Amino acid sequence: MSELHLIWRNLVRRKLRFALTLFAIFIAFLIFGVLGGVRTALQSGVDLMADNRLVTVNKINFTQPLPISYLNKVRAIDGVQVASHSGWFGAYVRDSRNVIVAFAIEPESYLQVYGDEIRLDPAQREAFLRNRQGMIAGEALAKAQGWKLGDRIPVQSNIFSRSDGSTTWEMVVEGIFRGKEESSDTRRMYFHYDYLNESRAIGKDFTGIIVFNTVNPARNETIARQIDALFANSFYETQTDTAKAFNKAFIAQLGNIAMIITSVVSAAFFTILLIVGNTMMLAIRERTTEIAVMKTLGFRSERIFRMVLAESMFLSLLGGLLGIAAALMAVAGLHKALAGVLPDLSLGPAVIAQALAIMLALGLVTGLLPAFAAMRLNIVTALGRN
Amino acid sequence: MTKLFELHDVAKRFQRGKESITIFDGLSLGIEEGDFVAIMGPSGSGKTTLLNLLGGVDQPSAGEIRFAGSRIDSLSETGLAAWRAANVGFIFQFYNLMPMLSAERNVELPLLLTSLSRARRRQSVEAALKLVGLEDRARHLPKELSGGQQQRVAIARAVVSDPKLLLCDEPTGDLDRATADEILKMLSLLNNEFGKTIVMVTHDPEAAKYAKRVLHLDKGRFAGEELAA
Repeated sequence: MSELHLIWRNLVRRKLRFALTLFAIFIAFLIFGVLGGVRTALQSGVDLMADNRLVTVNKINFTQPLPISYLNKVRAIDGVQVASHSGWFGAYVRDSRNVIVAFAIEPESYLQVYGDEIRLDPAQREAFLRNRQGMIAGEALAKAQGWKLGDRIPVQSNIFSRSDGSTTWEMVVEGIFRGKEESSDTRRMYFHYDYLNESRAIGKDFTGIIVFNTVNPARNETIARQIDALFANSFYETQTDTAKAFNKAFIAQLGNIAMIITSVVSAAFFTILLIVGNTMMLAIRERTTEIAVMKTLGFRSERIFRMVLAESMFLSLLGGLLGIAAALMAVAGLHKALAGVLPDLSLGPAVIAQALAIMLALGLVTGLLPAFAAMRLNIVTALGRN
Repeated sequence: MTKLFELHDVAKRFQRGKESITIFDGLSLGIEEGDFVAIMGPSGSGKTTLLNLLGGVDQPSAGEIRFAGSRIDSLSETGLAAWRAANVGFIFQFYNLMPMLSAERNVELPLLLTSLSRARRRQSVEAALKLVGLEDRARHLPKELSGGQQQRVAIARAVVSDPKLLLCDEPTGDLDRATADEILKMLSLLNNEFGKTIVMVTHDPEAAKYAKRVLHLDKGRFAGEELAA
């Protein structure tokens, strides 16, 4: 028998209690791992964006429109390399629950701005540019919807209607594009702004956002200030920022993800701290006589302290490692399922290192008090209680 | 015979609130090596406190306690723990075995404090269990053993590290007469054949008959001594 065996036997002496405590820790670290992966994925998506890409949106909110006339004014600014625009269409196909991410764009310029991220066969590109009713769909979207080249798709909008009252725009799949990387999000489609603009009843000559590349990232700030100054005091004031900042702001619209994750994880860990701490205190309390006997046999107080602390550390590490292992599997599964939404979803070494640190801290915090109580236990008093 | 224990003017006082309670004052005693001493007396006479002082789990308020010529009353807590591990085997009324460990693991427990190899520890455990006649119950948990068997495991645990001294606190207090006699015969055997010095606290006059010497303690003073016939 080793000391480890003794620690283990003490730990599992009440199997149900052990299993439930272990399960609580397991769940906490599973949540931590998965949410940590999501947080990393959200952050890395922003990080991958080009540094010289800027976005101009309505100063009130990016959901408010901008006049299309702004595009040429932006193009005229010195240092703007290529500019385009896109507008949210609010698309669905057949069933209003079958929502499609669709943008009305100026095709040629847009494909220039996003040339690296929207990878399209040259022939398909040409066909798309030629056909005003044409659209291009991402591989993932086309696969999910069962679209093939040449298919005619009745795309409906939950925002716009045509002059004749209908909400359907028939479009032809002229191209199916890939993303920059295998895992890039391709669950979206693009179609001609002109096709929408000429027939819609409301919102004519307005777009959503203007997106452009600058000649040099060092000039981003100056150019952004110049654009916003240009439209200052107009009915449609603008706010220009880098695409990275825009995306961060977009994510912030959904809520402060980092804060939500931190809050959820903190609440989970605080609860676990109370559960494990209480369990350890109870476990030591009911072993008062045994600890006194061990001391009587000659086990030194420091050794008892170490053994009790090792017990809580072991519990925390076991539950935590199982939780992180489950999180790794869950994230691997989610990575496939959410490839379009969170292409960079993964459980990185930084999250695992954080988890390990929390496991050690949890074991330490929950074990210190009972270990100290066990160390201080007076043999005569404890045996006298028996 | 040489003196194993010598107590000189030992006092033990407790503070309970503002009240100071004296258990002993000026108690002196000598125990020779190989002796089997039974300590009897009414409840509150100080029997268990005396046993705790002899076992080094408690320290006197005044006086000297010598074991094999060396003072143990001035040892630190750590020093006393090491002394107990090397010199004393304890047998309790309620056995006090670890419920989650098998009989052999319980017996092995004191050997974790030694530097013996795993193989040597195993040999010692087997020998101790054989001595108490429980080699076929080695893998059983305490709850799977009778009271008498549990006390025999406790005796095996007390002798496994071959201490000079065995301290027994009411070792038959929880057992029926027949089982108690078995346990007492075993203690006699350890005393007579293996030379263990035994100090036993008991209420039971029948148990005291197994001792070579019976000391009567009353209100913290020795009230009499009987020698075995």
